[in-house]
Amino acid sequence: MRLDFLRSERLPNIWCPGCGNGIVLHALLEAIDQLQLDPDKVVLVSGIGCSSRAPAYTAFDNVHTLHGRAIPVATGIKLANPDLTVIVVTGDGDSSAIGGNHLIHAARRDVDITVVVFNNYNYGMTGGQASPLTPDSSITTTTPNGNLDRPFDLVNLAAGAGATYVARSGIYFTKHLVDHLRKAIAHDGFSLVDAVAQCPTYFGRFNKKGSAGQMVTSQKDWMVLKSVAGKKTPDELAGKIIIGEFVNIERHAPESAAAPKEQA
Amino acid sequence: MPEKKTFKITHNRKWCKDCGICVAVCPKKVYEIDRGDRHAIVRSQDCIGCQMCVEHCPDFALTVEEVKDE
Repeated sequence: MRLDFLRSERLPNIWCPGCGNGIVLHALLEAIDQLQLDPDKVVLVSGIGCSSRAPAYTAFDNVHTLHGRAIPVATGIKLANPDLTVIVVTGDGDSSAIGGNHLIHAARRDVDITVVVFNNYNYGMTGGQASPLTPDSSITTTTPNGNLDRPFDLVNLAAGAGATYVARSGIYFTKHLVDHLRKAIAHDGFSLVDAVAQCPTYFGRFNKKGSAGQMVTSQKDWMVLKSVAGKKTPDELAGKIIIGEFVNIERHAPESAAAPKEQA
Repeated sequence: MPEKKTFKITHNRKWCKDCGICVAVCPKKVYEIDRGDRHAIVRSQDCIGCQMCVEHCPDFALTVEEVKDE
């Protein structure tokens, strides 16, 4: 990662000690560095939430929009200037609850943007309330006796809505995460990466997940690679989540048909 | 047999929040939590330069560079 991608005068960041958002941001900057994109042609768009503070620490152009409305703004930026690489940095609540409708319709339209979901399983900024991705029977501020609702499977949601690149990764597997972020940014069409982070301050404390370090290293135990998961029985996969690339379809996005890129 | 490489660990105290993730992810136990609940680099000679701590530091506080003696 190039240190000049960071706005050093803005650091240290406002996130709690041990917050996983910084690790996802590190991976995102590493992916942008590996793709050797022109920093002046990258735009990060974010909504509201802990995760959405991330673009403010980067040296790229960024737009901090309304809660859940990052994807419509990103769509507008991409349509006005198709040369830009537009990345939406959003949280699990921001993308799946408040901006859930925008997410599925951007996936349906196959707009050439990349959505990076910093998934920490709750609303961290407002005090640890349950989000649509909070797992079944987890304790949060709004579900003190355990969450009664089933969570969204964001990967299947995006795939069902027509996203052409969908992947999930965890912050312990940084190389895997960087790899999939790089593929998602390079992909022509709507791409979504569900980056599973952690919230040690609320979700971890309420559910007795241990320290920040334990939460990061425990991802080894409850995450299974997609290639390995195919050989396991459903009983062995109970309570585990599968990481890897789920959808990768090559098709041209509507705006690239309207403004075709020059073929070299 | 090739000589053992040495690495220089730079720790930005101003950005570090003492979360302890580097202590948890380091495979060679280079870091340790001291009595004041602050972690410290105690065995930098054991560092193998795997960059696990750098990639997992949420506060961008660590850099690990190979020391090359000319």
